[in-house]
Amino acid sequence: MTVASLTRRWAAIPRIPGALILFWLLLAVIGPLLAPFAPGEVVSRTVFAPISAHHILGTDYLGRDVLTRLLCGTSSTVLLCAAATLLACTGGVFLGMIAALKQGVTDTLLSRFMDGVISIPSLLSALVAVAAFGSSVPVLVLAMSLIYMPGSYRTSRMLALSVARRDFVLAARMRGEKAGYIVLREILPNMTGPVMADVGLRFIYSVRLLSNLSFLGVGLQPPMTDLGSLTRENLLGLVYGAPAVIAPALTIAVLTVGLNLALDSNRREPG
Amino acid sequence: MRAQSGIIQPPSLISVKNLRLTGRRGRGPETPIVENVSFDVAEKEMLALIGESGSGKTSIALALTGYARRGCRIAGGHIHVAGYDVTAMPPAELRAFRGKTIAYIAQNAGAAFNPALPLMDQVIEPALLHHTMPRRMAIERAISLFELMALPSPGTIGSRYPHELSGGQIQRLMAATALITGPEVVIFDEPTTALDVTTQIEVLEAFRTVRREEGFTGVYVTHDLAVVAQMADRAVVLKNGVVQEEGTTEQILSAPRHSYTQALLAANTPRIRNNVTETKDTGKDVPALDVRDLVVGYGGTGRDGRPRHTILSDVSLPVLPGETMGIIGESGCGKSTLIRAIAGIQPWTNGGITFEGEPLAPRIEARSAAQRRHLQLVAQNADLVLNPAMSVGDTLRRVLTFNGDAATDVEIGHLLDMVRLPVALADRFPPELSGGQKQRVNLARALAARPRLVLCDEITAALDTVVAAAILDLMMELKRELGIAWLFVTHDLHALRSVCDRVAVLYAGHRVEFTPVAALETPPHHPYTRRLENSVPEMRADWLSDVIGQRDQACDMAPAMPSSRGNGCCYVSRCPVREAVCEISVPPVRRSPDGALISCHLTIQDLSRSTAPGDQS
Repeated sequence: MTVASLTRRWAAIPRIPGALILFWLLLAVIGPLLAPFAPGEVVSRTVFAPISAHHILGTDYLGRDVLTRLLCGTSSTVLLCAAATLLACTGGVFLGMIAALKQGVTDTLLSRFMDGVISIPSLLSALVAVAAFGSSVPVLVLAMSLIYMPGSYRTSRMLALSVARRDFVLAARMRGEKAGYIVLREILPNMTGPVMADVGLRFIYSVRLLSNLSFLGVGLQPPMTDLGSLTRENLLGLVYGAPAVIAPALTIAVLTVGLNLALDSNRREPG
Repeated sequence: MRAQSGIIQPPSLISVKNLRLTGRRGRGPETPIVENVSFDVAEKEMLALIGESGSGKTSIALALTGYARRGCRIAGGHIHVAGYDVTAMPPAELRAFRGKTIAYIAQNAGAAFNPALPLMDQVIEPALLHHTMPRRMAIERAISLFELMALPSPGTIGSRYPHELSGGQIQRLMAATALITGPEVVIFDEPTTALDVTTQIEVLEAFRTVRREEGFTGVYVTHDLAVVAQMADRAVVLKNGVVQEEGTTEQILSAPRHSYTQALLAANTPRIRNNVTETKDTGKDVPALDVRDLVVGYGGTGRDGRPRHTILSDVSLPVLPGETMGIIGESGCGKSTLIRAIAGIQPWTNGGITFEGEPLAPRIEARSAAQRRHLQLVAQNADLVLNPAMSVGDTLRRVLTFNGDAATDVEIGHLLDMVRLPVALADRFPPELSGGQKQRVNLARALAARPRLVLCDEITAALDTVVAAAILDLMMELKRELGIAWLFVTHDLHALRSVCDRVAVLYAGHRVEFTPVAALETPPHHPYTRRLENSVPEMRADWLSDVIGQRDQACDMAPAMPSSRGNGCCYVSRCPVREAVCEISVPPVRRSPDGALISCHLTIQDLSRSTAPGDQS
């Protein structure tokens, strides 16, 4: 790959969503290190304390520092969902491209399988997976990636179909190129934009699913914590208007809505 | 004149003064598209805006309606149309102005109609939207417009849907939509560019008739000088957004002053590029490519072992090494299918193809590496043929490495040089290139494989005349330098004449004539070949009237026969010289003295006679 094509690739990454994703990933990695207290430590005798200089976001139902727990919770939500999204989309995109290129039996088998998976409501299949294999990080990540792979598969298959119909793919096929080369060099680079938008959407979906699961108590188990379980465990604080319940709920909203808006604004911009 | 506040009555119906249009890509800086353009159009006059793509002619035409495309804006100057100051109108007034005072006929009419609604609803929509007349009157007016434009069954055509009509008919319906409100100004934006020459005639004639009856003022945007000659009174020649020359159509076409206009004219004038006319028509040569009785179809095979619906019926085509074979016919005649079959991406049911003595497998995957390499396809659409994410250099490099050749920068430079492109282009990406440059890179990619035969599928169809002429020149230079044989598919008879050694004429999947190019100039010919020849626009102003006068209306109205109709000549429904026998038996192949093979029941003598001048009238 020449320098020109590399700089071009770099320039093609959308600015605003790119910066936002980078921000959340950074927060996920270094957030827990910035936390003022240990996540499990009871630091105050007041439960559901309001915002104060000592506890910026108050305390939770056991008197733990909410900011600390929020930083840890954000970290696990973002990292878990990012991992699941990465798996789901890598699998989905590649299977989608292969189905589009091979067509025929390969396409039919793959598509029907994906249709089968997609027809089960996502929360239901996640609950079944947790019930069968227990709730652990690998089970959650794998379940989420399996649940969101069909969506990514369908999007990529359609994108790849429209690219594969173009004449330069025909030229490559007529030259006798192998499927691997066609998929990686001819098709994939021409669908990065929409695929990136799709990756963002899957990430938002998985944040929602993980938060739902944790809220129901079958997601991440203590002592680990995520945004959903934080909301759940401090639900009582709603009566007191405690920041302990508002902060994690707001974080979920900012994370998902923000990313969604950023991706949308990017799609409307030409070029 | 209308009572518009603060507007002085302009001397002419359309007056453009110092128009400046700018555009920007993304967040880039504003760049001028059109600079300091001024012209006037008198009432009932037709002005042509001539130029290549990118010359700003469509931008100007749109600006007349007060519209600027996304990212563009009217940055300066004044536009007065029928008493309105277009540049100063608020959006609400502009909406009332568009469609009522000024109407726009776009190039691709098929895309302008909603496929889910019957046509009449869409044709009368502007009248209802602008409350110019009640529904019943609008329908009556639409029907009279249909009649005027010679549409078949004008009374009922409105109840049909867009997909049920041909491209030429849709284009006329689009004109009816524009004219329904009786606008004072009508803009034609390349309305016939996407049509076949045979269809173009009907549409141009319809436009002329309707203009005579309705008497509107017109602006005709085109790059085709022959069309300008038929349609316009005056013309403005544009290049890169700047007016090069302005004058009456006659003066521009016969005595152009500006050098650019002269270059445009030269590109439009047919000339023979193919200097090596040593066509070895001895019949002794081994063909490089031999297509024998090829049948392509769909819908399963019938009892006779042939497909139920045929696209190509027993087409034979021997291409000698180093010659240029032309294939011509209107859209739907099967010429692209033939190319695709030879290229190995369209399976056939009967017949066969041999390449350099070896049989070719129907599927490209089953062909040998040498066959794939020596038989190259150059596809039509320059926008789709290059991978937009791969630089020009990488595109060429891949072909070289794939075929095991040295892929050095020198070699890539050599390839680019071969298609007359600067070496610096190797680092550029296809979206940054112009249409002509893309088509050259496309050619270079085919040449990188060192082919013996190149299949060209309408490679100049989407290009401007000047650019297309340069590509044709290039083809012929390469033919001389490298001894490559070309199979050149087109619907442009000029291009065909100027580069080909031999020509096959296809109609409805049948090869109706196969002739050395020299024999094209003189009779005898198949009636369809003659019709094609007569349809090529000429630059004299009375050409259209002449052709229309010669035409047999009944034949023109007849639909093209489906080629699966079994017995009989494929051209019988449109043939002006048909006889009873043509309906029932397949015509024999006759050989004319100058070497043309003609499939017709008429004898060579009769065919020669019916072509004689004066016979038609």
